[in-house]
Amino acid sequence: MNAIWSTVLVPGAKWSGVVGKHRLLRFTAQEAGANVAVLLFNARDLTERYNMPDTLKAQHTAKLAKGHVLMSDNGRAMASIVEDGLGWHDPLSGCTTRASTDAKYGRTTYQQLRNGWLRSGQENLVVELVRNGLGPRDLGPVVNLFSKVVCGEDGRMQWQAGHCPAGATVALRTEMELLVVLSNTPHPLDPRTPYPSVPVKLEALPAEPAGERDECANFRPENRRAFENTLAYNALLGV
Amino acid sequence: MTAFRRVESPRRIEDAIYSEIIEAGDGWMRDLEAGEVLRIVDLEGNQAVDTLFFDADRPEDHYSAVATVAGQGNVYLTAGSVLRAESGKELLRIVADTCGRHDTLGGSCSAQSNTVRYAHEKLSMHNCRDTFMLQLARRGGPYAKRDLAPNVNFFMNVPVTPEGGLEFADGVSHPGAYVELQAACRTTVLISNCPQLNNPCNAYNPTPVRVLIWSE
Repeated sequence: MNAIWSTVLVPGAKWSGVVGKHRLLRFTAQEAGANVAVLLFNARDLTERYNMPDTLKAQHTAKLAKGHVLMSDNGRAMASIVEDGLGWHDPLSGCTTRASTDAKYGRTTYQQLRNGWLRSGQENLVVELVRNGLGPRDLGPVVNLFSKVVCGEDGRMQWQAGHCPAGATVALRTEMELLVVLSNTPHPLDPRTPYPSVPVKLEALPAEPAGERDECANFRPENRRAFENTLAYNALLGV
Repeated sequence: MTAFRRVESPRRIEDAIYSEIIEAGDGWMRDLEAGEVLRIVDLEGNQAVDTLFFDADRPEDHYSAVATVAGQGNVYLTAGSVLRAESGKELLRIVADTCGRHDTLGGSCSAQSNTVRYAHEKLSMHNCRDTFMLQLARRGGPYAKRDLAPNVNFFMNVPVTPEGGLEFADGVSHPGAYVELQAACRTTVLISNCPQLNNPCNAYNPTPVRVLIWSE
């Protein structure tokens, strides 16, 4: 099936856009070791957003993988992970800041390096948030696609090297109209220097709505009810 | 940092400048001056206290669960943990903790998440998100639902497994357990004493907690 639209998120790139429901957003790591930070908002009500605790506790998980649903703070299924080559994406670690980027990779400025200046996840997200009428108060836990962080018995968080091979893909199916905000910036716990720089292809394709036997809608009874909440929302709206 | 670090406080109750009971289902919102110390006491044991923090001088900079855990490289809060805002700014530090572990991933219950986790019929049950929103409405000012970022759950134990699972374990708190935080800057504290009855986070018996403040 042909993509409706596609782009390549170059290293350090950011993007935001409104995506209708029943679209497949497929991310492909063009090299090994990619990381893309994702925030989701209800396009019709930007105060409703992807909520990490509601998503994780409903699905009894501390990682995100195929079958999982990204849930909003209003109990709705926003997007489902319908394709996943890696089996683990990180919801726990947030994104890099200007301070952490300068500290880890060395201070860089546009004046010195022009567009070689190193971008930070938080600044990228904040710019896109402001672009869409939001701001820093709308920052929250991101989903770090392509990254794996394991928590030990004592709670220690360990970023896993070698998790994402070149060509790895993950795809989200939108269940409602969303504002999608993205930053292609390194994972905050990735120790590699110099600045990890992996381009990521993003394609949007049409997607079939979840059927009765959909894997994500039926992954757990909780997911089923989140879908029911979304269906009710869309039905009341008439979309 | 090891798990279950228990550290007693040197502070005496009689020196506290503020003391108040928060009953289950109620909320509390107050500003701390830099240097002030807040103690939350789990009076009867195994009570979840959903707590959010904001930079009082810049309320858009809320407590960030992810900046906090990534900043310390550990998902659990205990004595020595620094609670950070989204900007990375240090808001508070846990200076005493006789429970030993607090949750950063469980967030607050809400009417909507109750319908997802349990049943649609649970929509009308009281919940922390509603308590938070009522406190924001009473406070007025810039606070709104957009500011309700994922909160800390003091006295709750939600273990993460190395396989990426999330467990809902028995409570590790006990009657009289407390956690003490010292504000590194002027900090707004928002508490909901959790009324949840659908899971064992309050041992199916939500109970009162006490908050105390010392000037140092």
